[in-house]
This record gives sequence, C-alpha cells and structure tokens, in this order.
Amino acid sequence: MHKFSLPLNSRVAKGKTWPAEKGATNVRKFHIYRWDPDTTDLPRMDTYEVDMDKCGPMLLHALVKIKDEIDPTLTFRRSCREGICGSCSMNINGSNTLACTQNLSDLAPGDVTINPLPHMEVIKDLVPDLTHFYAQYESIKPWLQTQSAAPPDKERLQSPEDRKKLDGLYECILCACCSTSCPSYWWNGERYLGPAILLQAQRWLLDSRDEATGERLDDLDDPYRLFRCDTILNCTRVCPKGLNPAKAIVDIKKQLLERQI
Amino acid sequence: MKHRYRTPLSVARGLGSANHGLGHWWMQRLTAIALVPLVLWFVVSIIALAGQGRAQVLAWMQSPFHGVALCLFLITALYHANLGLMKIFEDYVQARWLQLTSRIAASFAAVFLGSAGVFALLKLAFGG
Repeated sequence: MHKFSLPLNSRVAKGKTWPAEKGATNVRKFHIYRWDPDTTDLPRMDTYEVDMDKCGPMLLHALVKIKDEIDPTLTFRRSCREGICGSCSMNINGSNTLACTQNLSDLAPGDVTINPLPHMEVIKDLVPDLTHFYAQYESIKPWLQTQSAAPPDKERLQSPEDRKKLDGLYECILCACCSTSCPSYWWNGERYLGPAILLQAQRWLLDSRDEATGERLDDLDDPYRLFRCDTILNCTRVCPKGLNPAKAIVDIKKQLLERQI
Repeated sequence: MKHRYRTPLSVARGLGSANHGLGHWWMQRLTAIALVPLVLWFVVSIIALAGQGRAQVLAWMQSPFHGVALCLFLITALYHANLGLMKIFEDYVQARWLQLTSRIAASFAAVFLGSAGVFALLKLAFGG
C-alpha cells in the first residue's frame, strides 16, 4: 500500500559543512549524500568547499581530492578513471553518469549535488547495492550457448557484417546508470530486467554464433521481465557510453513478434 | 533481508518467464491503430450532429455504416482502455491483492459497459 511518510532512512538531514582552506579564491561547493550503516544517524547532505584552482577537471578528481585532503571517511567506488570499468556511476546534479567522464565545466555553473544511484539500497555514502542487478545479468546467461561442437582447430567464425551487428551493444560496461534512471525499474525492479540487462540480452540474441536465440526469447517473453518498458527513454538519455538501450528493447519485442507472424 | 537465505540468482530467476506478454503489447498497438480513424470519424460525426434533434441522430445510428462504426468504436475503445489500465495497475500498484482486484474490476467494468453500450445501440438502431 502507499505510505504517506518516508521510511526513516529515506529522510535526509542537513549535514555539516567543510569550509575551504584559507586563501582559496576559486571555491565550488559539493553537496554529497552521506550515510553510514554503522551508526543510527539519518542520512545527511554534507557540503564540501573545494579550491578549484588545485583540482583536476573531472568530477572524480574533486571526489578524490575531498577524500584525500578534506574527509577520508567519504566512500565511493572508482577504479579505471576512464569510463571503462563502470564503477563510479552516481547521480550528479540529478542525472546518472560516471564521475570520471563528467567534466566539471560541463555541469551547470554553481554548486554540485551528488547522490548515489537512485532507488537502490545504499551500502554506504555513494555506494549502492547492485547484487540484484548483477544477479539479473547472470539470469540472462550472458555467454555463448551452442549445441554444435566447437570446431577442433579454429574459433567459431563470424563474418564482419555479423560482427557489426553487435556494435552499440558490446560497449555496455554495466554501470547501471540507465537501469537506475528508469521509473519502470524503480517500481518493479525485482521482476523487470531493466534497460542495461535487456541491452545485454539483445547482444546475445544478435550474436550469429549463438544457438539459443529461441530459448533466450522464451525467457524474455514476460509481462514483467521485458514488457515493463514504456519507452520513457531515460536510459538512452543518460547512458555515459552513448548507447541506446531503448532501441535494443524495441528490437527484442520485434523479434518476439517476428516469430509469431 | 527479505530473501536472506536465497541466492541472488534464485531471486532474479523467480518463478521463470510467463511466456506471454507480447499479446498484450501487440493488441495495445493494434487497437491504437484502429482507434485513429475511429476517433476521427467519431469527433467529426459528433460535431456534425451537434444541435440536431432525436430523429436525425436516430437516422444516423440506423445507417449501416455509422451503426457498425459506432459499435466498433465502443468495443475498441473499451478494449484499449482496459489494456492501458492493466498496465497502469501493474506499474504502480505494489500490493498484489489490490493490483489483482483493480484489474478484475476494470475488466468487468469494460465488459459491462461494452455490453450495455452495444445493447443500447442495437435497441435504438432496430427498435427506434
């Protein structure tokens, strides 16, 4: 049923402000969501004032600077710092993207607000729990499924044209920016697979070497798993890799139709 | 903590695929296509009939073309509305009992309104 007040840990309190070091002239404020599971405190928004003359150009630079020089308790995921690992996805000024590829000068001037990916359980600060997301990925069997034996002396061959069909799909880094921006995934994430996993599903449906296309389609033909998509297009708007999950989902629906008519 | 002792994969796989879903999606689009000319025809007809007396409206309903079109419009619109409502309930109503009750109520209402509408239409068209 509908709840008319937010659960306790969904209410965000005002946090503390960490002023910039003395003498800083080019200061920018970062409001960052903080929540520590080891305390009973409510989540809070802390404000960090950062000297931009001594900060790199990307948002991840600012986060690392805050953690290194201002507050070492700030917790976030990051690894490759070049948009290929998908670790540092977060909600920046209301839009999901990767902190490492978000240039600070591309954001609207003024304060920057950073939250964890929306509608996921929070483990700590900017770290969301992606366990179910990864399990959903595993559930679509993201590996080559075949019945015919592998050729003994060479790889399973694929023509350059067939390989080209995977462009725009294989680049997905599973950062979950798209799925966590999708209202359908917010409301029914337990059963709806969400744009990221469906784009990955389409990557295996389209692979010319795969021999389980029919079974894969059987598994997707479900009112919740696939057909929760209402073409809202948040996924395509936020994808930091410039991919189009909404089109992948429409293409899956078309294949389901194709085998019936 | 709801699924404490189940593996994440077991939760994600759930009860498996329902093996349908395309039908709803396809019928929603088919009825939408059918409603484009039907709604245009209906709006134009209603504007043309505005301010006319009972005899003229009755004559309009009794013409085979308009009578059949009105019947089709009624059934298609209610069918389409029911499909749309079903989707809204699935999207936004989290409590299962309420979702199911809403879906049953909407379906019954659509069938009832459709039957009553067609009956009224037939009565007018053939009985005057």
